[in-house]
Amino acid sequence: MELFDNLALGFGVAFTFQNLIYAFIGCLLGTLIGVLPGVGPVATIAMLLPATYALPPVAALIMLAGIYYGAQYGGSTTAILVNLPGEASSVVTMIDGYQMARKGRAGPALAAAGLGSFFAGCVGTLILAAFAGPLTEVAFKFGPAEYFSLMVLGLIGAVVLASGSLIKAVGMIVLGLLMGLIGTDVNSGVARFSFDIPELTDGVGFIVIAMGVFGYGEIISNLSKPEEDREVFTAKVTGLMPNAEDFKNMVPAVLRGTALGSALGILPGGGALLAAFAAYTIEKKTKIRPGEVPFGQGNIRGVAAPESANNSASQTSFIPLLTLGIPPNAVMALMVGAMTIHNIQPGPQVMTSNPELFWGLIASMWIGNAMLIILNLPLIGIWIKLLSVPYRWLFPAIVLFCAIGVYSTNNNTWDIWMVAMFGVIGYIFIKLGMEPAPLLLGFILGPMMEENLRRAMLLSRGDWSVFVTRPLSASLLAVALLLLIVVALPSIKSKREEAFVED
Amino acid sequence: MFPQNRHNSNQRRYRVNIKSQKDFFSGLFYTVAGAAFAIGATNYSVGTGARMGPGYFPLLLGILLAVIGAFIMFKALTVETQSGDKIGSWAWKPLIFIIAGNLLFGILLAGLPSLGVPAMGLIVAIYGTTLVVSLAGDTFKLKEVLVLATILSIGSYGAFVMLLKLQFPVWPTFITG
Repeated sequence: MELFDNLALGFGVAFTFQNLIYAFIGCLLGTLIGVLPGVGPVATIAMLLPATYALPPVAALIMLAGIYYGAQYGGSTTAILVNLPGEASSVVTMIDGYQMARKGRAGPALAAAGLGSFFAGCVGTLILAAFAGPLTEVAFKFGPAEYFSLMVLGLIGAVVLASGSLIKAVGMIVLGLLMGLIGTDVNSGVARFSFDIPELTDGVGFIVIAMGVFGYGEIISNLSKPEEDREVFTAKVTGLMPNAEDFKNMVPAVLRGTALGSALGILPGGGALLAAFAAYTIEKKTKIRPGEVPFGQGNIRGVAAPESANNSASQTSFIPLLTLGIPPNAVMALMVGAMTIHNIQPGPQVMTSNPELFWGLIASMWIGNAMLIILNLPLIGIWIKLLSVPYRWLFPAIVLFCAIGVYSTNNNTWDIWMVAMFGVIGYIFIKLGMEPAPLLLGFILGPMMEENLRRAMLLSRGDWSVFVTRPLSASLLAVALLLLIVVALPSIKSKREEAFVED
Repeated sequence: MFPQNRHNSNQRRYRVNIKSQKDFFSGLFYTVAGAAFAIGATNYSVGTGARMGPGYFPLLLGILLAVIGAFIMFKALTVETQSGDKIGSWAWKPLIFIIAGNLLFGILLAGLPSLGVPAMGLIVAIYGTTLVVSLAGDTFKLKEVLVLATILSIGSYGAFVMLLKLQFPVWPTFITG
């Protein structure tokens, strides 16, 4: 079979002792740097990229794959342990992961993230190898109108993430979209909302918002509580590995997350991110078994599903990358940059002109993924130890790493002033009961949404009906509407119950 | 006290007072932010649906946000809540010290050239930040904080400067020249 021939070719190239060592080093470095709060995968890869320049192409790609997985897992680790998302997709992992950590179940959460990612990565690799060719056809069916509708669906999905009021979450999304528009408009070159500040013409950094709102806001709110009921880790650490019950909950979630991730990853533009959000949404909608912890309070499915979806989507997102040349996220964009340095131009021609490189790359992604499990399962015990550090030592260190992290992304003190501002805003959000997670998703999708809206409207000559007359776009919007109704219904119901209680 | 007491709950519904403080002020936040973005967007060319200018999408979203905010405010004034959803007191001490520590890091690390403040470099910045940020906590033991700052300095120097070779000013400019 062609599939196995291709994979065999890839592993033949990638599977040498030397390359395994590179994968190991990459994974180790990636994890160690990625686990620092305030340093997300993008920053980690950017920092470590130069280390791979001197290597031969295949070795460099393998080391990068190791760094990539290590950094991503390191990012999930900080999201789970200290409630700081290093990248957008860990925002979802954080919701239940951090709650698990607070209840002394950080070990199972970390293991679930790692095992789920590994399984999803394996499936994603197989799908990529089997369907790389035919699946590219699907991506071509997506016009700007479809992208726009898909993003609407993704944003509505994000609303479901908010545990509080529906309308406040919608407001948060719109606010995020608006903040994403700050900076130079790609079409006209006009610097929007930048107040003639040169740094603002590049827009506001994702890291800056994430660190300010989630990092500083959370720390301030924690410190305002009396020491005894501070929301940190009071419960005793119980077990490093998931128990049988956890596995029973985890397995279906991982399977669903993987399937969803593989499908959404094919769509260029934020596939992995949407997959993580959508997977969490689906888990939240599936029935909770008796005795299971509710979502938002440390349900292991809330960690396993988005992590699996994220990872399988990262694998299948190579399909649009290699066919349309569109990197699906910032991390992949850096990977593309690294490939170009090694004279590999991502695009349809790689598969045919350079098959050993293409399949070698796919095999090395799998090796990086496998190395992660080998390296990190034993390390879980060490990460847990981090939690026993008293909070009065931990919070100055987190603030410091956040400050260093935001400074190092651009080597510019401007980002430090901005993160202070977002810290204040983040605290206001907490005080006013506004959930910040939808804000980040809106922020990421803002520019993409505007771009696709513009294109779609340009093609339709200003006719808004294009979004409902194109079948694919119409069905995406219909699903979004359905989702909104489903979400709104229970809240109507609970409001009515509240009213009854008062009467 | 009065026999009409049982009507009180009905009367309360018609009085204009804030039923949910949190919601009212988040609505206000949205409305102000939305209006600001919308007004700002009118400075840029708005264009038409077929040819959107840079102001089109922000104007649309700004208006949407302002409307959402207004709706939330309206709801906060009309829908009863059990506790009134009070915002509660602000934690000024942690807020000020965390933010001040963060700002101090920037000032000490790279200086403020416009005000003639020299760059003191990474190590001084770490000590300064750790000291100020630690003041945000309940307990402050100078000795402990100094030990923590020393550990963080050594760790950061090793990780960021030696291993990753990030371009930080490490020592004060008047020493390195």
